[in-house]
Amino acid sequence: MTETDTKVRPRRRGLTRSQKRTVSRGVQYAVFVAALVALGFTADWGQLRNQFAQVDLAERMFPDIITLALKNTVLYTVSGFVFGLALGVVVALMRLSSVGPYRWLAGIYIEIFRGLPALLIFIFVGVAVPLAFPGTEIPGGTYGKVALALGLVAAAYMAETIRAGIQAVPKGQMEAARSLGFSHARAMVSIIIPQAFRIVIPPLTNELVLLFKDSSLVLFLGVTLEERELSKFGRDLASETANSTPILVAGLCYLLVTIPLGFVVRRLEAKAGEATK
Amino acid sequence: MSTENSAGGRSGTPEIQVRGLHKSFGDNEVLRGIDLEVGAGEVVCVIGPSGSGKSTLLRCVNLLEEPTQGQVFVSGTEVTDPDVDIDAVRRRIGMVFQQFNLFPHLTVTDNLTLPQRRVLGRDKAQAAEVAAENLRRVGLSEKATAYPGSLSGGQQQRVAIARALAMGPRVMLFDEPTSALDPELVGDVLAVMRMLADEGMTMMVVTHEMSFAREVADRVVFMDGGVVVEQGAPAQVIGAPTHERTRHFLSRLLDPAMADVEDAPRKSP
Repeated sequence: MTETDTKVRPRRRGLTRSQKRTVSRGVQYAVFVAALVALGFTADWGQLRNQFAQVDLAERMFPDIITLALKNTVLYTVSGFVFGLALGVVVALMRLSSVGPYRWLAGIYIEIFRGLPALLIFIFVGVAVPLAFPGTEIPGGTYGKVALALGLVAAAYMAETIRAGIQAVPKGQMEAARSLGFSHARAMVSIIIPQAFRIVIPPLTNELVLLFKDSSLVLFLGVTLEERELSKFGRDLASETANSTPILVAGLCYLLVTIPLGFVVRRLEAKAGEATK
Repeated sequence: MSTENSAGGRSGTPEIQVRGLHKSFGDNEVLRGIDLEVGAGEVVCVIGPSGSGKSTLLRCVNLLEEPTQGQVFVSGTEVTDPDVDIDAVRRRIGMVFQQFNLFPHLTVTDNLTLPQRRVLGRDKAQAAEVAAENLRRVGLSEKATAYPGSLSGGQQQRVAIARALAMGPRVMLFDEPTSALDPELVGDVLAVMRMLADEGMTMMVVTHEMSFAREVADRVVFMDGGVVVEQGAPAQVIGAPTHERTRHFLSRLLDPAMADVEDAPRKSP
């Protein structure tokens, strides 16, 4: 600062900027500590420990919770994701179609399935589909039903993501492909969609995390012992033993998958951000 | 309109023929009746101010834009016929874009081989051979395994030319191929285009590179306001333009600082 500057500007009154920052930070820490102390004193820790931290009960859950419940959760999620992805690509292409009715149909589909709770769709698949098509079994039994229900929900979200991804591919790519003699469909498959997928991999992975959690809704389809996934497994044992430890363990199993997946998503997003620079 | 109707190039039958071409975008009529021929082996440079419709004209030739009215023939096939197999016609017309439009998710070689395999049905070995040959022609054999993103603009544009050539086109269209390049990279691209011209390729080039037009073109077409104002040999159109609009455009282009000074006395008759 030059001398003229200090003369023109009057000296600030009160706190300097760094002093204000210190005060603000101090207040935030104080609130944080106060909240912890309040929680520590008010919660009934003994009761919590009895309900949620029975080590012998937790030990009883292994290895079934991994070899059966976690395995089923992953299976349900993956089958739902694969079906949802296929349907999502179709709906996205319909949404971009030059044929009006396709666009409307895709739009209506997306609005309905994004607007409904996933739970209702599970119930719908469990109840309405057998009623509507009597005698026909959804192939794959429970796995097929879950793939259908999860896929129907996921497709609505993924269709919008994929559509945005396709539209994010520069127009010149389609023009270059067409000028080389590609048909529109072939250019889509060979040139546009591969590029669109690179753009949408992070949001699609995020959708995988959401599906992983939504697979808990299998609870409402009625499953055999062999078909139980994490939530059902945990809840059954919890009601059998009148203790909530199994719920906690099941929850930890979800985090075992979702936290690394979330980490992967952030890495992919950072990479995608770099690539577009 | 000019009195020089198609200089005829180096041979008789025109490779590109445009008749009474009109193109509108909504209420905006960009092309207002274009008649033009490009002979086999001829190099035609289309010049004109921005917004004159020259790029639109080029894009109508391979139907990237659909003409509102009029006809376009390429190698005797009517491109504007609704029943024409446009994909088959486009295989014979190479196009090079201002923004290169290489496929960024593919290596340089795959950029050249994928279209050959998918569109022409060539097998992998054959496509790779053609790709290598064309990369050599544009002087980029050593970039075969690189991705477009790691190349300079000039290199990308040369790969784009090689990609078009790998399809074995009869005609090449260039839409301002050097306009997106840093000045020091323009020369390499123009050298490749000059080589093509020398080999007898039929070329239609929309460009602002007057020295290229002067030296390489067989004929220069000046467009303004959606019509062909004047056309003829480069020495005539660029060297001694007969139309006021052409003179005005060229003086601005060649020396932007001088343009207004020169304009002033002429404007008052």
